[in-house]
Amino acid sequence: MTTKSPSHEGPDAAAIPARELFSTMALIRAFETSVAQLYKDGEIPGFVHTSLGQEAVAAGVCTALGPDDYLATTHRGHGHCLAKGVDVDGMMAELFARAEGICGGKGGSMHVADPSRGVLGANAIVGASLPLAVGAALSSKLRGQGRVAVAFFGEGAVNQGAFHESVNLAAIWDLPVLLVCENNIYAEFSDSRRMTRVPSVVERSAGHGVDGRAVDGNDVEAVYAAAREAAERCRAGEGPLLIEAETYRWHGHYEGDAQRYKPEEESAAWRDQDPLAVHARRLVERGEATREELDAIEASQRERVDASIARARSLAPPEPEEAFAHVFGD
Amino acid sequence: MSSATDAPPAATRYIDALVGGMADALEEDDSVILIGIDVGAGGGIFTATKGLHERFGDERVLDTPISEMAFAGAAVGAAMTGLRPIVEIMFMDFVSVCMDPILNQAAKLRYMTAGALEIPVVFRTQTGAGKSAGAQHSQSLEAWFAHVPGLKVVMPATVTDAHDLLLASVRDPNPVVFIENRRLYGMRGELGVDALPLGRARVARSGEDVTVVTWGQSLRECLAAAEEGPASLEVVDLRSLVPLDMETVLESVRRTGRLLVVHEAVQDFGAGAEIAAHVAAELFDELRTPVRRLGTPAVPMPFSPELERSLLPGSKAIASAAHSLQMEG
Repeated sequence: MTTKSPSHEGPDAAAIPARELFSTMALIRAFETSVAQLYKDGEIPGFVHTSLGQEAVAAGVCTALGPDDYLATTHRGHGHCLAKGVDVDGMMAELFARAEGICGGKGGSMHVADPSRGVLGANAIVGASLPLAVGAALSSKLRGQGRVAVAFFGEGAVNQGAFHESVNLAAIWDLPVLLVCENNIYAEFSDSRRMTRVPSVVERSAGHGVDGRAVDGNDVEAVYAAAREAAERCRAGEGPLLIEAETYRWHGHYEGDAQRYKPEEESAAWRDQDPLAVHARRLVERGEATREELDAIEASQRERVDASIARARSLAPPEPEEAFAHVFGD
Repeated sequence: MSSATDAPPAATRYIDALVGGMADALEEDDSVILIGIDVGAGGGIFTATKGLHERFGDERVLDTPISEMAFAGAAVGAAMTGLRPIVEIMFMDFVSVCMDPILNQAAKLRYMTAGALEIPVVFRTQTGAGKSAGAQHSQSLEAWFAHVPGLKVVMPATVTDAHDLLLASVRDPNPVVFIENRRLYGMRGELGVDALPLGRARVARSGEDVTVVTWGQSLRECLAAAEEGPASLEVVDLRSLVPLDMETVLESVRRTGRLLVVHEAVQDFGAGAEIAAHVAAELFDELRTPVRRLGTPAVPMPFSPELERSLLPGSKAIASAAHSLQMEG
């Protein structure tokens, strides 16, 4: 990035909420692990796309945002929604298609939304989060709200026209948009490095006059520091800005994808970079937490998710007439 | 620039009624913004936004790059966060490059979030064959949008409706596809005549023999056909396809026993089939003749003025179809 103030010189250990970042990642890990199993067991209908292995991006970016900041995300959005504060019970009930789900059981895994948390929705169309976030940022700017709008998207979306049109529009209107590309190397089943001559998303955004920075997407503190600085710069009128978080999708494009297209050694190497393990080691080394304390945080998040599952199982599906509600507003 | 709140001229052009409708919307609610290609200082390629940039400024009237996907999508994002955008899609054919924001986002986000998100956005566009604009600048695609639950589809055919329905569309809490016809832009008429809310059809002319249901620019052709005779035509202007006011249509067909549906859009799989199916289902025993449709034949619109004229349903073809219905029974 081009400008830096002294307080933004990379991760400042004292200012980084390191335990909160760990706790948020542990929640996402517990949620996604359970959801993958529940889907396999046939308890969750539809399509499910988990973000296992990418927890640091969701936790790092969303922890750097304020509660009013907007977020538009993708089909792989559970982690972003949880990290932005969407209720765990409401989300789990939604995945179970229950009437008390956060969207009344009418959205599902790919459409979790909670405007009260600034979450404008997960979205099942690749690239759709970008123009929506640009519009939210336009609202924020025209109404003088000082809110930042974050668009999460994968590197696969960067080959969509929606990416290029949206980045350009945000640039010419100087909008407070933070573009967060989760580069997990695979666009559905295909190696993204074979789908463009310019695999660097930072380079592609630079072509639109938008500053970007690549960060280790498995290092939650690096993501947090980059996002905090970028969000502050957006609030100061320096947006749009881009972060390319380099990470890896542990599971398939969707649950059930056998991933025949991934080399085993590649998957193993990335598993060694488990974002929770990386951060846990650091917390222990710095004396900020003991391994036992971190185990307790993980156990407590698993319990929280287990409770949401038990609750969701006990809830009723929507009444048939609910199918006809909310098509139009009065 | 005209406006309903200013003293209107004796006869207002349809296009000026549109400008007035937008001006009134921008004036009454500061969350209304106007977004599109050349809508700013240029005033729009058909002058539909003339004077609005000058009056409301850069922050309310925004020129965009030629990036329909981005600006239509941004309008949806803005609508869900407190603004009420009016988006201009310059030609209706261009919706093909921004269907996702309209079809998958605007139409569905209220539903998918059980009402947590509201999307008050108007996609203004215009169509209109008959000017040798060729196959990519002449299509009437209203049936596409009427087929998607969650979108209102409004097609003003009069000067009053150009103003009133546009203002009503902006005030509506739902996404509206607002379809103008550029052959009507120069038409003169009165503002404030026989005002009706969005969602109600208007009996544009009373008659006894055949009910003619239509919308958009075809209304003029149907009214001209009614003058030509010999059948006495009751002409119903639907004004919007969604909501669809079948009550007014059924009430008329009950009296005449005959229905002709006329539209400029391609006849096959057009909205006329929906009207015909409703009437056949509801009034089968009261119909004196089978329902008939008259639309453009299923060919891309040719450039040649002669070929184009031969395809569009004009007043003579309408009068003839109505007369043959009358003769059948």
